[in-house]
Amino acid sequence: MTRWRVSVDKKLCIGSAMCVAIAPDRFVLDEQQRSGPAEAEIDPDELVRDAAASCPSEAISLVDAGTGRPVDLD
Amino acid sequence: MTIDSSPVKFTPARPGQRGPDIRTISGGRPVFRAELPDGRIVWLVSGYQTVRQMVIDQRFSRALAVAPGRAQPGFEVSAAGSISGTDPPEHTRLRKLVASAFTVRRVETLRPRVASIVNQLIDAMTGRPQPADLVASFSLPLPTQVICEMLGVPAADTSQFHAWSDTIIGDWQRDAAEIMTAVAELYGYFGTLIEIKRAQPVDDLISALIAARDHTDRLSEHELTAMCCALLIAGHETTANHINLSLLLLLDHPGQVAALRADPELIPGAVEELLRCTRLGGLPPARVTAEDVRLGDVTIPAGELVIPLYSTANRDRSVFIDPDRLDITRDAAGHLAFGAGVHHCLGAQLARVELQEAFRGLIGRLPGLRLAVPASDLEFKPGMAIHSLRELPVRWDEP
Repeated sequence: MTRWRVSVDKKLCIGSAMCVAIAPDRFVLDEQQRSGPAEAEIDPDELVRDAAASCPSEAISLVDAGTGRPVDLD
Repeated sequence: MTIDSSPVKFTPARPGQRGPDIRTISGGRPVFRAELPDGRIVWLVSGYQTVRQMVIDQRFSRALAVAPGRAQPGFEVSAAGSISGTDPPEHTRLRKLVASAFTVRRVETLRPRVASIVNQLIDAMTGRPQPADLVASFSLPLPTQVICEMLGVPAADTSQFHAWSDTIIGDWQRDAAEIMTAVAELYGYFGTLIEIKRAQPVDDLISALIAARDHTDRLSEHELTAMCCALLIAGHETTANHINLSLLLLLDHPGQVAALRADPELIPGAVEELLRCTRLGGLPPARVTAEDVRLGDVTIPAGELVIPLYSTANRDRSVFIDPDRLDITRDAAGHLAFGAGVHHCLGAQLARVELQEAFRGLIGRLPGLRLAVPASDLEFKPGMAIHSLRELPVRWDEP
């Protein structure tokens, strides 16, 4: 079973909150309104793919936990 | 808590005038009911945390707010089916089609082109007798040229769509029939342009959207046209008047202008602070509750209009120290000038780059930049939801 590893680069994050609005269960904002994953490794979830594809600062990284390859965001 | 039976009468500030003091009229409540000049009863949200909480919550729907029968004439009607008038999952599908063109990384590659347009416009200004009208010679042509180049809209058509755009973003003082005519004409204009580009695709955003429609069926023909209209309208009037209003605010603080001239590294931070402090328009787009929602200390019933007051949230004392004071050296990151959540301004990064390069040019190349008329003589275009200056006459010191 494929698993996805989710991470957010807080240096790139601009706090748009796009990801928490699209996938509220999958991302959390810290006190500086910077995002991070609620869980680092998840079952494939289309909302997380949408969040990564919609991030204005391309701060969300999504890789296949088994192969380490980037997940197709399209 | 029971719903307050008597909403507060609320008239958004006229351009150039101080708005009603929200802290006073709301009685300090972050969420309160108000009656607008057109008779609509709405909930206004003013606290920083409550505005953020509201705009990232999908139960506050934009699609319901622009639905037939509910939409106000003009911008809201034109927004139906566009990224500004849909909710997830439709919104996500549409936004993903254009998101990559507006990311921080992609927009950074446009910076040299933006800087070059800034320099050309200032060259033209300095080659003519003073005073110059900053609106006609700089603040409007800059974002217009940038968004037209991105979309692939012929520059020769700009005066035509400025007139439509001005009408479409009209406020409650504007004639509804006139607004709807402008919406129809702008849609017709893009309908024709789309057919031209469909026959002869080029490397621009409209051609890319046509390909997404025709090859992979990812949006409807109406959504394609609505997207073009939304990008064009959102892409120039807002930035143009942010340049005007930010400059007016900045010129009231000569010490801070001097600091910027001495150290251009301060410009990005100054732009964030000017975004935080400048009030660009009357009321931001409304949402409608899809169900009963608890917000702050109230429960808003389903089907009610709710409006986030971003500029009031940007002056929340619990977040920004001495919030009414302009301080270009403060950390203004976290301001809500671009909103937040799924409708976080698509063009936010583009606006940042345009504003940064605009101020780099204006402050760096026009020493002693100042108003050529008393500020009280400045006139705003009437009946517009954005505080849009007719003219901004300026002078500067000749070298």
